[in-house]
Amino acid sequence: MMKNKVLKLLRENARMDFAEIALRCGISSVQEVEDIVAGLERSGVIRGYTAVTDDFAVSGGAAMVKAIIEVKVTPRRDGGFDHVAQRIAKFPEVTDLILLSGSCDLLLTIQGESLQEVANFVAEKLATIDGVISTSTGFMLRKYKESGRIMLNDENYERLKICF
Amino acid sequence: MMKIMNDSKSVSEKFIAPHIAGLPKSGIRKFFDLVNAMDDCISLGVGEPDFTTPWGIRESGIYSLESGHTGYTSNLGMPKLREEVCRYLKRNYHADYDPAKECIITVGVSEALDLAFRALISPGDEVIYATPAYVSYPAGIAMAHGVPVPLPTRMENGFAVDPDDLKKLISPRTKAILLNFPCNPTGAVMDRAQLRQIADIAIEHNLVVLTDEIYSELCYAEEYVSIASFPDMKERTVFLHGLSKAFAMTGWRIGFACGPEALIDAMMKIHQYAIMCAPTMAQEAALEALKRGERSMLEMKESYRERRNFFVAGLNDAGLKCLMPHGAFYAFPSVKETGMSSEEFAEKLLKEERVAVVPGTAFGPGGEGFVRCCYATGAAELREALVRIKRFMGR
Repeated sequence: MMKNKVLKLLRENARMDFAEIALRCGISSVQEVEDIVAGLERSGVIRGYTAVTDDFAVSGGAAMVKAIIEVKVTPRRDGGFDHVAQRIAKFPEVTDLILLSGSCDLLLTIQGESLQEVANFVAEKLATIDGVISTSTGFMLRKYKESGRIMLNDENYERLKICF
Repeated sequence: MMKIMNDSKSVSEKFIAPHIAGLPKSGIRKFFDLVNAMDDCISLGVGEPDFTTPWGIRESGIYSLESGHTGYTSNLGMPKLREEVCRYLKRNYHADYDPAKECIITVGVSEALDLAFRALISPGDEVIYATPAYVSYPAGIAMAHGVPVPLPTRMENGFAVDPDDLKKLISPRTKAILLNFPCNPTGAVMDRAQLRQIADIAIEHNLVVLTDEIYSELCYAEEYVSIASFPDMKERTVFLHGLSKAFAMTGWRIGFACGPEALIDAMMKIHQYAIMCAPTMAQEAALEALKRGERSMLEMKESYRERRNFFVAGLNDAGLKCLMPHGAFYAFPSVKETGMSSEEFAEKLLKEERVAVVPGTAFGPGGEGFVRCCYATGAAELREALVRIKRFMGR
């Protein structure tokens, strides 16, 4: 399906221009790609475009503190985990939130300006939400890979410039 | 007293065997030197994937070393690998080979080709090979004391072998036909009906068919057919393949040959005396590639297909007439309308726009008027190369 092909390319590089997407997918007009992308945006399949960054390489300005938190929750009779999850998701400090199988229920990533800020958020906001049984917080020390991008650069290996 | 030499050849030069001294050095060496001296050019001149070997495969090679598998393997290659190769060929090529007797693991497909030439050719035997072709073919045939007979293909035919052209070149000394589809440099693929015609000619004239299918996974046509899958061709076909291109393993140097027992046995003798066996860690990595690397391989293939669509459309748009190649990762546009020869075009494009392509003349008869561009190059570089080619064509 053409939609999926376009999505695959955008996931690889969201800044790819529509002309290139058209050619690579074998779509005859650029307008058609624009329509497909607009449709995906309208229907909510595409929720936004961001950059994959190596936060630890950003110099100047305090680097954000990030933590991954496992949360145990009491599901509600009506709506299961959704009610609590939606409540947690609305905090801007929470960047990612998923429901997980296994020993914890919700797994979330939060970020703040400082360790203290993150700690306060967990203690005062998250842990006190009705239905939250327990939290377990791990602070991120180093990022090796995100969204398929490895953060450590391999040594450059020079390819032959010309050969048969 | 010192002996005065009035011969232009030095003493040491005279030691060299005539059939090697007579081998032409690549005519475009000068052009290659020019490219290599230029630090900031975009090169579409390579003949290998721009991917690194998928990690799972690399990790197997590393594990092999860690486990201390550092000895020789059987001359034919690790039995496990030969079994996997034959399963892979059965699954993907519908070709049936016995891993115990009809398969040999070599140091790249280059070695497999050399073994086949040496095993088959008696001095003076002729081998017909379709051109434009990979540069090693005529040299390999000549090194085995054979006579390379080029069979030019044409753009009008989609660079497929024309059966009538082939028949005209067959002589009493013709021993074999060498095919390379998908083709380096043209990207051409031959379909079932076309291959059937070649097979019939080979049977009629009792010729061996050497089929170098190193780019076979990278075929973008609906159906891929190997001449080796025709049941009546097995007794006279040597199927040559390897992992370099599709699995991005050029540096590992693993290839293989499959064919009737007698031919493989003869090739094995040469391999045994000359090489012993292909490197063990590379064989173990190859085993991993065939067992679990297909998904990564198909992802790379998809990426080549996309870049092909993008790049070939861009070439045509710039005014360089180019057929849509159905295989490999090369585009082979015509530069005839510029009025320049292949070499002039390549040299000017390099000097004025710093884009390197390979002049078609490097690939023998039929190559004049074309250049080879490898689109296994980063998307951003491809895009920039197209901008520069377009500007160049506008002058």
